Amino acid sequence: MQYLLTLYSDETGWNKMTPEQQKQGYAAYMSYTEALKSAGAYVGSNRLRPTATATTLRTTNGKTQVLDGPYADSKEQLGGYFLIDVPDLDAAISWAGRCPGVQHGIVEVRAIWGM
Amino acid sequence: MHEQAHNTLETVVRNSRAKLVAFLAVGSGDLAAAEDALSEAFASALSNWPQDGCPQNPEAWLLTVARRKLIDAVRRQREIPSSEELEELEGAMEADAENGFPDQRLALLFACAHPAIDPVVRAPLMLQAVLGLDATQIANAFLVSPAAMAQRLVRAKIKIRDARIPFRVPERAELPERLDAVLNAIYACYAEGWADAAGADPVRMELATEAIFMGRLLVELIPEEPEAWGLLALMLFAEARRPARRDARGEFVSLMQQDHRLWDRQMIAEAEAALSRASGAGMIGRFQLEAAIQSAHTDGLQRGGVDWSAVVRLYDALVQLTGSPVAEINRAMALAELEGPRAGLYALEWVRTDKRVNGYQPYWAVRASLLARAGKNEQARQAYEIAIGLESDPAVRRYLQHLCGELPE
Repeated sequence: MQYLLTLYSDETGWNKMTPEQQKQGYAAYMSYTEALKSAGAYVGSNRLRPTATATTLRTTNGKTQVLDGPYADSKEQLGGYFLIDVPDLDAAISWAGRCPGVQHGIVEVRAIWGM
Repeated sequence: MHEQAHNTLETVVRNSRAKLVAFLAVGSGDLAAAEDALSEAFASALSNWPQDGCPQNPEAWLLTVARRKLIDAVRRQREIPSSEELEELEGAMEADAENGFPDQRLALLFACAHPAIDPVVRAPLMLQAVLGLDATQIANAFLVSPAAMAQRLVRAKIKIRDARIPFRVPERAELPERLDAVLNAIYACYAEGWADAAGADPVRMELATEAIFMGRLLVELIPEEPEAWGLLALMLFAEARRPARRDARGEFVSLMQQDHRLWDRQMIAEAEAALSRASGAGMIGRFQLEAAIQSAHTDGLQRGGVDWSAVVRLYDALVQLTGSPVAEINRAMALAELEGPRAGLYALEWVRTDKRVNGYQPYWAVRASLLARAGKNEQARQAYEIAIGLESDPAVRRYLQHLCGELPE
């Protein structure tokens, strides 16, 4: 069964880090990805550019509007995701708990609608 | 014949329901579908058994019918059914059924109290899955609207199926935390049943009995867990005193005033046995401590004197373990028995730093009683007023009003 782990955190945090800290943070995500791959649980992952690049579309009164900015304005922003394939929710939770994102933000676990 | 078939079915429903639901749910990962399939099988039995006679092995009969219904349901439900998955499910259930099917009730309890399930729905979910209570009965017991309860249960079951919450007994490393959730859910059922002291509401009375039933089931399934025994002991001690909690006119009787000849001796003996079984493991826990406190009270009141220093020591350990303000309030009460009301009041001052106690009736009732004993009648009166205002049970309210009225001017 596939699960999507979505990573939320304060996106301004990254720029406040020293280059050394950024390097460490990057390395942590690389190791995590490697661990997922070697366990055969990895399906895909991506890091998103900041919400300053976000554009939102919605339809009001039958007219689709294009708006600058992210869908939800909140303290934490969606910053990336991992798509994993594991047997059940316990396994997904256990992988989510090891994700470096938990250390500086929030990780949401969602089951993929299987066909 | 009809009567006999009906009685057999009722016995099977009572004794085997949980086992059948658990087996079907573990196989399919779908609790709602398992329950539906079993209800359909019960309905088939009701129409077939009176005509054809009771089958030799009623449990196996029900399981076979339910399994067929479940597989049909899974087939219908999936938009594009994966035949591989279905074959696997069919094969696994077939093999298990032939070997005398395994007892999966523990896996079912752990799934109902899974951390990914909303804590408020865990106890209701267990009551439904294990005991077959319907949403309306559960709603009445927990004092919420039947529609809201039905919705919570449906939502939880959809999550179990769609997020694939596993039906399994957790591994050693995570067992303590996961077991806590199961114990807390069972205790929540008991506490709801206990709140109806007079036993006036048959559904809530049943809830206490059902919680004890689940507690007994748990120690049968995991006899090596001392906290499971501790919980059972705690519930039995409390239940044993039920007949003495109200007098003939339905008025509240405090623990110290209870006529202990009304207590259920057999139940107390069972509670003591469960508690000593728990302490044999040499691993202390919240429920064992609470049961030990009950034991000290029960034993002491029967002998004519409670060992308050032992009770205070047990509360010390409970406070240290749980940090619960409720435990601290009770500790202050016991301390007052040992060292006088001023010591108790002093201990209560510490509890007050936790703002939650301001809306907690027992805090104000304990405070009022200690103030009264210390001769501070005016302050005692004020504390009683607040306690009375916070209490919802009319019998307890009348009792507090009586105590307040007895304060000297």
